[in-house]
Amino acid sequence: MTNGNLPLIWRKFPERYLLQGNRCETCGTCFFPARQVCPNCRRKGKLVQMEMPRQGKIITFTEVFTGPYGFEFETPYFIAIIELSNKARLLSQVVDSPREKIKIGAKVEKVFRKISDIDPEGPIAYGYKFKVVG
Amino acid sequence: MIGIVGYGAYIPKYRITVEEIAKTWRKDAEGISSSLNVKEKAVAGFDEDSCTIAVEAARKAVKMAGIDAQKIGAVYVGSESHPYAVKPTASVVADAINAGPELTAADLEFACKAGTAGIQMCMGLVASSMPDWIDYGLAIGSDTAQGRPGDALEYTAASGGAAFIIGKNEKELIASIDQTFSYTTDTPDFWRRQHAEFPRHAGRFTGEPAYFRHVVSAAEGLMAKAKMKPVDFDFAVFHQPNGKFPLRVSKMLGIDPKRAKQGLLTPEIGNTYSGATMIGLASVLDAAKPGQKILAVSYGSGAGSDAFALTVKKGIEKKRPCKKVLEMVKEKEYISYAEYAKFRRKLKTL
Ligand SMILES: [Zn+2]
Repeated sequence: MTNGNLPLIWRKFPERYLLQGNRCETCGTCFFPARQVCPNCRRKGKLVQMEMPRQGKIITFTEVFTGPYGFEFETPYFIAIIELSNKARLLSQVVDSPREKIKIGAKVEKVFRKISDIDPEGPIAYGYKFKVVG
Repeated sequence: MIGIVGYGAYIPKYRITVEEIAKTWRKDAEGISSSLNVKEKAVAGFDEDSCTIAVEAARKAVKMAGIDAQKIGAVYVGSESHPYAVKPTASVVADAINAGPELTAADLEFACKAGTAGIQMCMGLVASSMPDWIDYGLAIGSDTAQGRPGDALEYTAASGGAAFIIGKNEKELIASIDQTFSYTTDTPDFWRRQHAEFPRHAGRFTGEPAYFRHVVSAAEGLMAKAKMKPVDFDFAVFHQPNGKFPLRVSKMLGIDPKRAKQGLLTPEIGNTYSGATMIGLASVLDAAKPGQKILAVSYGSGAGSDAFALTVKKGIEKKRPCKKVLEMVKEKEYISYAEYAKFRRKLKTL
């Protein structure tokens, strides 16, 4: 994270720290990240802010051997599409989990971690990652 | 009546053994391990720091307390490894548990005892006679302690933390804090200068005039003030820079060292610095029954001790944590010295 896009990142703290998304009260669908308009209900939709549940399961995953800038020292690491218990889906790193337990359907739980810390004099980015439970 | 409404501990899952560290420096592992009474220590992962540890501990404390985090009026984080020299850890914690923005917050530093200083500050705030100040205060001790490669401290300097929510509603308390007493002097036994990466210590000087003098004086001062005797305590928790000091100080105070065992985690997880006394107290509360009395004494180099006398309350039966400290101690994965050097960014390019 560079100083230039700090305001943009700062606005995302509720999303990164608390998994804050929203829910359409008309059809009950939950969205993460939050949506401006419910794609099901359009103008009839009524979106309210809400924290997503901490629990979910792995829908699919992959192991990253060549990481992008800022992640090259973390390889190999896992990223997964996770379906939260309210059906909202997100992409996240899966950490602290034994390789053999990272599989489709595995139960995961949100943890708070450093996402990026590449500049020793720059700001540290914190946010969510997931780990396999049980 | 003021006391603890909920608590949470967090111990990272990675462990490095004393044997593995000793092998790297070609030292006598068995001799070091037995002289310290430490087998292995907890190591934070590559993406963990004292802030992420504080958040995890705080989240568990809020869950156990069963309170709305928005009612927390103060957040204090004690650490000697705050990620920033300037910019609070406490504000990250407050937002990450959704306690803000209407609260006061600050980072504290007093070597290994800043977390217990935070407990005292929260006690003062919740008990204040100023009307409607705060209902709950959150005090956290969290560290990713740094040991200079090859230094004696490297065998014990560990990562971990614990959070306590202090409140005043008698019905909600899991333990009341009946009395507290502190003892502070200017004793230069251990320090880290601004911009220095690793702390320095005064070797054997850290024992008698430092740890033992302050812990004993604080404990004795507390007992005198509370009109209590050593035999009154069912459990005793002390700061634990190694596995031996707490047992020795227990004996010096006339408390059966067996009563200090439940709160002694250093042999299995190392010295978690600001987390040490607080994780120990969490482990004691995991096992304690209503009516039992606890003595808790922290120690921070530089130097000072905070002593507390607690009584376990009935409320604890309904609020047991989902995972006990001793269970967290068992969830572990061993790493090599090379991985440890990477995780703790002891390699110059990280
Ligand atoms: Zn809708």
